[in-house]
Amino acid sequence: MDFRRVSLIALPYAWLLLLFLVPFGIVLKISLSDYALSIPPYTPTLDITGGWPAIRDFLGQLDVENYVFLTEDDLYWKAYLSSLRIALISTFVTLLIGYPLAYAMAKAPREWQPTLLMLVILPFWTSFLIRVYAWIGILSSQGYLNQTLAFLGLEPVTVLNTNVAVYIGIVYTYLPFMVLPIYATLEKMEGDLIEAAQDLGCTPTEAFWRVTLPLSRPGIIAGCFLVFIPAVGEFVIPSLLGGSETLMIGKVLWEEFFNNRDWPVASAVAVVLLLILVIPIVLFQKNQEKEQE
Amino acid sequence: MNQPSSPQTPAQPAGPGPATAFHPWDDPEAVPLIRFQGVTKRFGDFTAIDDIDLDIYPREFFALLGPSGCGKTTLMRMLAGFESPSLGAITLEGRDIVRVPPHKRAVNMMFQSYALFPHLTVEQNIAFGLKRSGMEKDAIEARVAEMLRMVQLQKFATRKPHQISGGQRQRVALARALAKAPKLLLLDEPLGALDKKLRQQTQFELVDIQEKTGTTFVIVTHDQEEAMTVASRIAVMNEGRIAQVDTPGRIYESPASVYVADFVGDVNLIEGNARPIGQGMAEIHWREGVPAIRGQAAEPLAEGDRATLAIRPEKITVSRERPEGRNNVVQGRVHDIAYLGNISTYHVLLPDGVIVQALVANSRRIARRDFTWEDEVWLSWSDTAGVVLTR
Repeated sequence: MDFRRVSLIALPYAWLLLLFLVPFGIVLKISLSDYALSIPPYTPTLDITGGWPAIRDFLGQLDVENYVFLTEDDLYWKAYLSSLRIALISTFVTLLIGYPLAYAMAKAPREWQPTLLMLVILPFWTSFLIRVYAWIGILSSQGYLNQTLAFLGLEPVTVLNTNVAVYIGIVYTYLPFMVLPIYATLEKMEGDLIEAAQDLGCTPTEAFWRVTLPLSRPGIIAGCFLVFIPAVGEFVIPSLLGGSETLMIGKVLWEEFFNNRDWPVASAVAVVLLLILVIPIVLFQKNQEKEQE
Repeated sequence: MNQPSSPQTPAQPAGPGPATAFHPWDDPEAVPLIRFQGVTKRFGDFTAIDDIDLDIYPREFFALLGPSGCGKTTLMRMLAGFESPSLGAITLEGRDIVRVPPHKRAVNMMFQSYALFPHLTVEQNIAFGLKRSGMEKDAIEARVAEMLRMVQLQKFATRKPHQISGGQRQRVALARALAKAPKLLLLDEPLGALDKKLRQQTQFELVDIQEKTGTTFVIVTHDQEEAMTVASRIAVMNEGRIAQVDTPGRIYESPASVYVADFVGDVNLIEGNARPIGQGMAEIHWREGVPAIRGQAAEPLAEGDRATLAIRPEKITVSRERPEGRNNVVQGRVHDIAYLGNISTYHVLLPDGVIVQALVANSRRIARRDFTWEDEVWLSWSDTAGVVLTR
C-alpha cells in the first residue's frame, strides 16, 4: 500500500483515537483509581518521568473497587434499569408518533416534501436547552397547559417534575431522529409496489401491513436506535423536567461528578453505561450494514 | 374473485397465427370480454381519454399502441381499477366494473417496473396473490411450482428479486400476474427494460404463454414492432382518442389516417388533389407537368379533395430505366443511401425537393450495387401498393 492510501485511511483512525479512545482510556483509568481529597480528586496519578518503576507502582495501585461498589449500592442498578425502561418507553412512543408523520410526509405531494422536511429539522435551529425550558413554561402548574385546561373548565394537572414530563421531553426532542430515517425508507419506496399488492388482492390496509411496513423496517430500526441510545444516557431532560421520582443514570452520573466530586465512582458509572450501550450500538451498525447491501 | 385453476390448452387456439381463424371482432354474435362505452377521463383541465368506445374479446392479445401521453396507460389503469372514468362505462363480462376496487377485480397487471416485492423471494412473490385469495396451502405450493415451471425459474425459487437478472425478474412478474389465473392480464410496457435480443425472444414466449393459458392479454406499448409481433389486434391511440383498431396487417397495409400510416412503420407521404377513378381507387395530382399517381382510397372522396398518398418504402422499385406498363412512376436522384447490411434505404430526391425512401434488399455484395450517390433513377410501384388518405 502506498503512502497516500495509508495516510487517507489513517486520518479517520487518528480522529477516532484522539476523540474517543484516549478520553475513554482516561475515564477507564480514573474508574480504577481511588477517591482522594486533592486536585485532581483521585489517586494514584501517573508520573511518567519516574520511569518503569513508577509506572509499575501506578498500575499496582489500580483496582476494581469502584465497580464492586456499584453492585453494593442498589441506587446504581436501579438507575440503570430505570433509564433503560424510560428510554424504551420513549422510543416506543416516538415510533408511534413518528411513523405516521413520516408516512404522511412521504405521501404528500412532491413539491411539499422539501418544506415538510424543513419543518421537521427546524427545531434544531434553536438551542436544545431553550426548547426544554420552553416545555417548563408549558407544563408548569401555572403554565399554558393548565391555563388552557382552566379556560375549558377542566381540573388542572400536575405534569412538570414527573416522569410524564420526562417522556414528553424525550419524545419531543428525539422525534426528528425517528421521522427522518423512516421517511428516507418510505420516500424511496416505489408507489408501484402498493398498487401491485392491491392488484393481487390486498385491501389498502393489508397492502400497508404486508408491503409498506416490512419495507420500512430498516428505517424503523435505525430510528429506534437513534432515539434509544442517547435517551438512555439523557441528563438534561430528566434534570429539568423530571422530579425526585425520576431516576436516570445520566443524572446519577452528574451528581457523582459534580455534587459528590467522586470522580472514580462517576467514571465507573460511565464505563458501565458505555458497556450497556455497546450492545444496541453494534446491533444498529449491523442494521445499517444490512441496508447498505 | 379469481378462482385460480391450472392453465389448460384452450379448446380453440387463440392468437394471430395464419392457420387459425381467430377474428371474433368480425362476428356479430361474439360477446366482448371488455367493453368501453363513451369513456372519458379528465385530470383537471387535461383530457387524457376522450370519449372512447372499444370492445376486447376473450382470448385476444390486444395492443394499445401510441406515443407517450396518448392515454394508453390511463386506459389500462382504468381496467386495473387504479383510475376511474370521468364519464362512460367499462364492463367486464357484462358487469360494470367502474366502482369495483382493484383488489376485487379478476384482472391482474404486470407493471412496467415489474414491482416485485424486494423483501420476498421469487416463490413468495408468486404466492402473494394466491395467499390473499384464501387458497389452501398445498394448492398454493402446487400452483407456484407450476408457474415457476412455466417461466423456467425453478432454480431461482428462493432468490430475492435483486439476486436475479432483469430478464428473470420480468418472468417472475409475469408468473406472479398469471398465478391467480385472471380473466384479463394487463401488461404495461412489459419488455421495455430488456435489451433488444432478449426482447424479441421474450415476445414470442409471451405469445406462447398467452396461447397456452388462454388468458386475454392487453398490452400497452410505444414500440410498434412489439405490438405487431404479439397482438391479434392493435388500437393505435393519439391524444386520448383511438385512431384505428385493426389487425397488425390491416393497420400496416390499410391505415385509416396519415397519423396511423406515419406512426406504424416508415412511410412516404405525397400530398396533392385527389380524383376518384372508380373501383375504390383514386389518383393524386401532386405536381404540375408530371403524371398523377394512384392508390386505393381509404374512404370515398370527391374530386378536388386534398389527399395524401401513403406508400411504404419496401413497395417501391428502384430502376435505372423508366419501367414500362406502370402508372405510378416518378424520377429522381439518389440523395443518400442508408446501408443496414441486409437492406439499404435509398433516399431519392424528386425535382420539387420531396424525398422518397425506397427499400432494397441487398441480394448482391455492396461493391456490386446498381446505384450510387447522385445517380438518376426511376421509382415505381403498383396501383394497389399505396393508400390515398384524406384524414
